[in-house]
Amino acid sequence: MTTKSKTGARSLRAVFAAPLLLCVLSLIGLVSALAGDGLADWLSWAALAVPVLAVAWARRRRRV
Amino acid sequence: MTSGTIRAWYLVHKWTSLICTLFLLMLCITGLPLIFHDEIDAVSGEPDQSAVAGAPSSSDGPGLKPLDAMLAKVLATKPGDVPVFMAFDNETPLMTITTAPRPDSKGAEMTIHVLNRATGETTGQETEEGLMHFLLQLHTDMFLGLPGMLFLGLMGFLFFIALVSGTVLYAPFMRKLDFGTLRVSRSERLRQIDYHNLLGIVTLAWMSVVGLTGVINAAATPLRQMWQMGELAEMTRTYKGQPPLPPSRYGSVDKAMAEVRKARPGNNPQFIAFPGGSFSSQHHYAVFLQGTSKLTEHVLTPALVDAEKGVLTDIRQMPWYMVALSYSQPLHFGDYGALPLKILWAILDLFTLYILWTGIRLWLGKRRTSADAHVREVESGGLMAPAE
Repeated sequence: MTTKSKTGARSLRAVFAAPLLLCVLSLIGLVSALAGDGLADWLSWAALAVPVLAVAWARRRRRV
Repeated sequence: MTSGTIRAWYLVHKWTSLICTLFLLMLCITGLPLIFHDEIDAVSGEPDQSAVAGAPSSSDGPGLKPLDAMLAKVLATKPGDVPVFMAFDNETPLMTITTAPRPDSKGAEMTIHVLNRATGETTGQETEEGLMHFLLQLHTDMFLGLPGMLFLGLMGFLFFIALVSGTVLYAPFMRKLDFGTLRVSRSERLRQIDYHNLLGIVTLAWMSVVGLTGVINAAATPLRQMWQMGELAEMTRTYKGQPPLPPSRYGSVDKAMAEVRKARPGNNPQFIAFPGGSFSSQHHYAVFLQGTSKLTEHVLTPALVDAEKGVLTDIRQMPWYMVALSYSQPLHFGDYGALPLKILWAILDLFTLYILWTGIRLWLGKRRTSADAHVREVESGGLMAPAE
């Protein structure tokens, strides 16, 4: 996330790297509990918890 | 991205959001307790269904009373009514039988009887009262029936467009900012805009899925009618032109069920729709079979049995739009991954509420300023706030 051009602006790829990862994790979380029980449920909970944890992380590390 | 492009997306975001926000607020607020529907019912005096011993009513396990006997018991208590649905449970021997004055009666005229297939006893009637039912009705159609449902579906679609346009605007806004930046100490507007963007982008996938599956659920009635007039009519075409089968000539449900089990061993029914209603033809028991794995159990396959003779007419996979509807229910309700999933659903719902709230505040704060001023605010990552 440090790919900055000379003007200090980020590329589209850099802006959307973290959001894209969160989207993929959310979708894995949404689908896996639908596909099975047990391990699939745990995967679902872990994956869908990431967006929530991202906000907690931002509140600790990105507050200015 | 040029300023012209940003301006266009800003206007799309502003207007789609403004139109749907009030309804989305209602949907998020009523949806929150509905996530915990089962848990709330359990503590608020509804009979504890999980404590009932015996084989699941959807199975053909030992000790279960015949369906014909259960039906006779209900009809004896409700003379003049005809059966419209029978629905089963995968955990307990409890089942429901819905009766109504006529095969095509409206929902309000129906009575839902709860029975125990292990003991053969009636355990009560499901009432359409209580706070949870009120919230569900408000959430589904605002007490306006089909038009209300379709209207909320449209609001859900506008919400999705708002998500797309918001994501597009996220790019120019975040050009010079680190992911997750929360500028809380400079101005209240900057704090709100940063929270709006962060919560919006991390909840994007969940909001899109819950929003779009809500839109599909809102279209359930027209989708089902399309199936009934298309696929179902095709499956029962040899009966076309025959007068509707009167309830007095309905044959054995157990015999019909046995025919279906012979053709599809291993599949259990979720419900049986009686002739003349909105889920069957005029002449058939429509047995809706569940899939056998967790992934396929939501997808129902209709087996049509001649209601008079008890002979199987046809079994066919549901068309794609009905499969989409089947998966849209769990994906919208969040009830398919035990309590931890429900808790995550609730947190993400609260995030959505905060996004709607900050969205309203941001609009109220600077609603008299020009679109150009807002474009500059987006381009500058919020640093150039519109002047009063």
